[in-house]
Formats: sequence, structure tokens, C-alpha cells
Amino acid sequence: MIREITILPGYDKNGAAESFSSITLKAGETTSIVGPTGSGKTAFITDIELLAQKDTTTRRQVLINGDIPKDPYRYNPSIRPIAMITQNTKCFADLSTEEFLEVHARARKIKNSKAVITETIDLANTFTGEKITNISKVTVLSGGQTRALLIADALLIGAAPIILLDEIENAGIFKQEIINIIQKTSKMVLFVTHDPVIALLTKKRIIMENGAVKKVIFQNETETQAAENLLELDKRVGILREKLRAGYELTDDSFRVKFA
Amino acid sequence: MKLVVIAGPPSAGKTALTKQIVKNFKDKMKIAYLKIDVVKAYEDQELAKDYNILTKKIYSGDLCPDHAGVMVLGDVLEWAEKNKVDLLIIESAGLCLRCSPYVNQGLGIVVLSSISGIHAPEKMGAMVSLSDIAIVTKIDLVSQAEREVLIQKIKDVHPQIILMETNALQGTSLTYLYSLIENSQDIDRNNLFLKGNPPLGTCTICIGKKDIGWKNHFGVIKKLDGQITEYLYRGE
Repeated sequence: MIREITILPGYDKNGAAESFSSITLKAGETTSIVGPTGSGKTAFITDIELLAQKDTTTRRQVLINGDIPKDPYRYNPSIRPIAMITQNTKCFADLSTEEFLEVHARARKIKNSKAVITETIDLANTFTGEKITNISKVTVLSGGQTRALLIADALLIGAAPIILLDEIENAGIFKQEIINIIQKTSKMVLFVTHDPVIALLTKKRIIMENGAVKKVIFQNETETQAAENLLELDKRVGILREKLRAGYELTDDSFRVKFA
Repeated sequence: MKLVVIAGPPSAGKTALTKQIVKNFKDKMKIAYLKIDVVKAYEDQELAKDYNILTKKIYSGDLCPDHAGVMVLGDVLEWAEKNKVDLLIIESAGLCLRCSPYVNQGLGIVVLSSISGIHAPEKMGAMVSLSDIAIVTKIDLVSQAEREVLIQKIKDVHPQIILMETNALQGTSLTYLYSLIENSQDIDRNNLFLKGNPPLGTCTICIGKKDIGWKNHFGVIKKLDGQITEYLYRGE
């Protein structure tokens, strides 16, 4: 049972020690990692994913429930309690979606995987506008389809208590649906993001700079309110996006956007 | 002396992994390195220059590289022992996948790239199934789910294999490998054997005859629809 993970400081890109003493993330908590490109956001979640023991470039150390994780956890990703969705939108495995999920379910020691495979494809299809079928080869899925599938896979087959999401806003998938589902779970979720909506919706924000954690900010009340407003705005932008994608011209007055 | 044999297809990350191992052990042990390749290899010069270790290379030329490796292994062991080496690293060319260069002592490591394709573990045969450790590289290029799928495929071929993943350029998560190397037994040169059976490799093609067709060759040659008993071919 994973109650919390602790990240102990490493070094920034110039070799200077990070200034925090430790960062603890708890089950059911959402956190965003923000900062400019190259500031070390992906490296931060990769440390968590690999359960770093001062043996990654950042030299950070990650503890589970306050202890050093046991070796098998570290070296076997299929028993690691972590699912990470990278920015990667390409699969190289020459397998159909069904075969891919079947092997992954086997890696995760799921017996009678038929039902969960169907569920995973169905869930992925709620995240993306382009339908994924069980016979679609994973190598030819679009970027959005791949990510939708991998997120659904992380939730249902990986079923990990810790989920790491690297810039899900980039993939042309329905962000809203994913946030809804993830917020309902008791999982520990980390978002690497440039999206203010996602950043404001999380309980904690970790600010990165030059490869190091600069500070940790807790969501305040104004931000909770701002997030609600932004979410509304984001929905409208979303509708607009889908209309444009579908080839509509905007004639409706409600879409007359005022920027002043 | 400890022995590490590293195999894997070209561009899988064998040399990147070797560099991490050398970097980790160079202050604790005297290291020697042999690179076996067919046409061109620079790794020996690079390692000698960057880490100041003993290196050697051999070009197999017309001979199959694994065959060449078997033949020179004895000389290399002698050379390394004479130089009082603590850790000998042998990097194979890793080409035809018929053989594996591993021996019954020390550690046999197969290096596989995350993007080498899902059927690679099966196609690589003995190079995977006779190894002790598999190191999956370039893990930053694919999703976690796909890495797990590839690892499952490796385990299907070799259920007892010790698996590790790394970004070999950065050398992430290799502490376990280092401890396995550190705790591996010193080899006994008089009881060293190949784990797998190599082919004889003494046919007319192996020695560099360029003619095409049956009438120009003899030796151990397989016909397209030939029976096993027809292997020993004596020319037409």
C-alpha cells in the first residue's frame, strides 16, 4: 500500500545542491510541475518513475512510505507502482491494439484479460475523437490516439497508484475527460504542464528552474476559483476547437470573442 | 579476473553501456577492453583516450565475428592476465544472431534497444536466451507501457533473465548491474567454455569465395528445401 512518496534533493544543471529538504506527495493528491522548457520538469517525474537512488543525472533519491524501495520494484517496471505517460506519441511495437494490451496485461499478471482490454479501448475512445478499434495496429495510431490509449492503459491495465503525465495537453485529446476521471480516483497524480487550467486545478505546484526545484506552492482559494472560471473558458475553447477541426465556419454571435 | 561479455545488435547501445561500466569501475579496478568487429571500430581508441584503460580490437574480416571471437578469446585472456587486469570487458560485433559469444563463467549481457521492434527478442535467439542479464536501452524514446511489453517479450524467450532498463547515455539506474559485476566470481581460464554451439563456419562462402550457386561451393551448406542429412555438401 503506497501512502506517500518522498523526493530527496539532488543537484541542478550547474552542480549546485537543490534548496529543498524533502518533498512528500500523498495518495489522492494532485500535483503539477511547471517551469520553462529545459527547466527539469520531465527529469523530475522520470526520477519518480525510475525510483531514482542517486543514480540518475539529477542525483535525487525517491522513497516509498519513507523507505528505500526494494530492488525488484526498481528493476521491473511491470511491478513498479507507477505508470508514466511520456510526451511520446509513437509506438514501435508491430502489434494490434488488442495484442499490445494483451501482452501488457500479461506483464502486469492480469488473468482473463479480455474484459479489461475491451474496457481500455472503450475508455481510450472517450478521450479521442478518432475511433481506435481492437485490430488497429499501434504503429499507425495517430499521436492523439496513442496517448489516449496509453492513458487508458495506465488507468486500467497499469492500474498504478501513482500516475505521471507529461504534457497531456499537447496531444489533441479531450483533456477535460481525463481530468474528470483522474480527479475521482484515489491515486497520486503528477502533471508536467504548461497549461494554466491543469496547473491551477492541482493542489500543489512544483516550480522548476535550471534543473532544480525552485519552490513548492499550495493552491490558494483565489486559485481554486480562478481554476473554475478557466475551466468554463477552456470548455468554450474546446467547443470552438472541435468546430474548427470539423470544418465549420463561425457565424454564431456567441463565438464573437472580445479580447479587450 | 572478472569477465563481462557484452552482445547485442548494432547501435543498441553496447558501447554506451560499456562506457558507463568503465566509468564506474575505473578507479577501483584495472580494466581491459576488447572490441570485436567486422569492418571498422573506433571504440577501443575512444575508451583508451577517455578513460585510460587497456584496449584491443580485432577485425574478423572474412571470418564470422563470433567465430573470430571464439578463436581470439584465449589470447585475450592471456594478454589481460599478463597485464594483471581485474575486469575484462569483451564487446562483440553482434551481427548474424546465429550464435552467442557468452561463456560459462563471468557475466553475459545482451543489450537491446527499446525501439528495436517487438519481435527482436525472439529473432535474436541465443544472444538473448543464453545471456545472464538483459539491458534495455533508449528507454526515454518510448512509453512505459511499450517498455513493459518489450520486457514481457524478452521474458517469454528467457524467463530467468535479469532485466534492467537504462538510458545508457546518461547511465541511469545501473547500480544493480554494477553490484552484479562487482560480486561476480573470478574466472578460471582452464574451465572456460562457450555456452552455445557455434556453427563450424568453414565453408567456401565463409572463407570469402564470391561465386554464386551450388556448383561453385562445398562445405557446410544448406539447400532451400534440403534435408538435414544433406548439410555436408561436397560440391557439384
